[in-house]
Amino acid sequence: MHPLDKLFKTKEKEILSIYFTAGYPTRESTARILELLGRHGADLIEVGLPFSDPLADGPVIQHSSQVALSQGITISEIFDQMKSANVHKPLVLMGYLNPVLQYGFEDFLFDAAAAGACALILPDLPAEVFVANYKSLYEKYNIYPVFLISPQTSDERIHMLDSLSRGFLYAVSSSSTTGKAERFGESQKLWFDRLKALKLKNPVLAGFGIHNHNTLRFVFDHLPGAVVGSAFIKNLDPEQNDYGIPGFMKQLLNT
Amino acid sequence: MNPLYYPDNQGFYGDFGGAFIPEMLYPNIHELQENYLSILESKEFVEQYSKLLTDYVGRPTPLYLAKNLSERYHTNVWLKREDLAHTGSHKINNTVGQVLLAKKLGKNRIIAETGAGQHGVATATVCALMNMECIVFMGETDMKRQAPNVARMKMLGAEVQPATSGSKTLKDATNEAIRYWINHPNDTHYIIGSVVGPHPYPDLVARLQSIISKEITVQLLGLTGRSSPDAVIACVGGGSNAAGAFFHFLKTPDVLLIGAEAAGEGVNTGRTAASLHQGSRGIIHGSMTMLMQDKNGQITEPHSISAGLDYPGIGPLHAQLFVTGKAKYYPITDNEALKAAFLLSRLEGIIPALESAHALAVLDHIHFDPGQHVVINLSGRGDKDLSTFLQNLDNYASVR
Ligand SMILES: Cc1ncc(COP(=O)(O)O)c(C=O)c1O
Repeated sequence: MHPLDKLFKTKEKEILSIYFTAGYPTRESTARILELLGRHGADLIEVGLPFSDPLADGPVIQHSSQVALSQGITISEIFDQMKSANVHKPLVLMGYLNPVLQYGFEDFLFDAAAAGACALILPDLPAEVFVANYKSLYEKYNIYPVFLISPQTSDERIHMLDSLSRGFLYAVSSSSTTGKAERFGESQKLWFDRLKALKLKNPVLAGFGIHNHNTLRFVFDHLPGAVVGSAFIKNLDPEQNDYGIPGFMKQLLNT
Repeated sequence: MNPLYYPDNQGFYGDFGGAFIPEMLYPNIHELQENYLSILESKEFVEQYSKLLTDYVGRPTPLYLAKNLSERYHTNVWLKREDLAHTGSHKINNTVGQVLLAKKLGKNRIIAETGAGQHGVATATVCALMNMECIVFMGETDMKRQAPNVARMKMLGAEVQPATSGSKTLKDATNEAIRYWINHPNDTHYIIGSVVGPHPYPDLVARLQSIISKEITVQLLGLTGRSSPDAVIACVGGGSNAAGAFFHFLKTPDVLLIGAEAAGEGVNTGRTAASLHQGSRGIIHGSMTMLMQDKNGQITEPHSISAGLDYPGIGPLHAQLFVTGKAKYYPITDNEALKAAFLLSRLEGIIPALESAHALAVLDHIHFDPGQHVVINLSGRGDKDLSTFLQNLDNYASVR
């Protein structure tokens, strides 16, 4: 069974996904971060592939991407690090289309699967291009495509993106780039209620702006799961052997 | 539809173009895709746009036979004087059209990126005229080297936001503008300054700039009895003035279309902005095109002395014209552009923008016959570049 199907079968709520930029804070840190996350409460992990021009990202992920790239990290090296990590959670890759195109789309999917990835999020890959060129390749390598939706997305388009996505659907919490730490309130509630009412085929995970226990709780009260990215990255402490991850996860989950 | 000058309904010119955007931008881009043609072709828009171009921008701009330059190069060199348009460059042809478009879409805030500051000034100008809030994103490096234009934007009431990432130039300013748009999707229209970005921008901007070649055909007919020249030369940053100057000649097979891209210190020096000669296929700012990148698909930092050409990509129309050979593109170095700028200043009494000087420098690369007619699109005036010119005054003191 696909690792994401297995996860959502055994756990239907309070699913926590953590996003981090591979190659940050140090070039070698990826495997250790994966292991620590696996042990401290992440149900799935999004491995961010750094890109020079991350259009959908706010300052924190721009910075981590820039640092990672300046330290020389590459996609092949990230794959090697994933292979060497002792982690048993579903690994989802998230990145931008251009580096994947230069790697070669099919080679990328083949190597990603070999490295233990089970899904791929490419925010700048249009659904129409996906269907025309890549859908069957994803199927060939059993990599699940996950699409983003935003409060501005029409119901009709949400249904379309839900039908293309497998595993889960990724809802951005408000119209924003990543890492905008706001308080969640009425507009998020309306958005999440709207998603519930749409009766989608996939479980919905909300991301962007979830930065502490309160915002996480807010999402958990409305949707099956949440993604924490910028807040996690901001709290990575290169001085500590465990990067401060256990402490951050404890606070986040309030355990 | 002629696939050469209009993209298909997905925004592709052959393999190039499209709209590779995150979902958060989809509603805005889709709204534009659905509406831009009907608005541009509406009677009301056509009337308002052409009236503003005439009364406010000062069009048509002259087509001027540069006698001294012609003598120097033993051919007929015509300058299309976009430098004489209001605000000093062709950029205003686009901003007048797009602010009108934004009004019709019910937006009340305009954002723009700028490199040389000419697009920023042109945007701030039309926003002042039409009472729109205006925020311009500009790389920190460019704010220094094009300081007069920063001052002009402030004078016009615009807010100038420094972009501090990457090489702090045009690419980074564009990233910031796009991010701002993601965060403010409802009331804001983004005016891209060139034929770059996701569909429909390349087509939208090319159509608005096509006034340049439309005027050339009419003016040349009056002046020489023929409606098309032997060659049209224009500089290419993103490619909007070139797209505008080429547009009506794309279907005329015997007009040589020539773009000048910025070689910086030289195409193979690693300090260049020659996206066609140094680049490869990939995606930048939502468009599949030719761009400068490393083997891992990371976009590399460009270099050009000219802020308006200091961009690692190029519009998809030009990528298509390049690979099909319908237009020829020459890489012009910083030094060649400087020399051409000094030459025009001294021979014709016209100080060109550093961008436009790249187009002038092509005359040193191609031989034209005495009977031929060559139109060079003088995309802008050089006031903004005076500090760069003065720094190089000694090196070019003897140019004339
Ligand atoms: C005077 C002038 N010419 C040319 C350009 C380059 O842009 P494009 O290639 O879109 O015409 C600029 C851009 O700032 C400019 O200011």
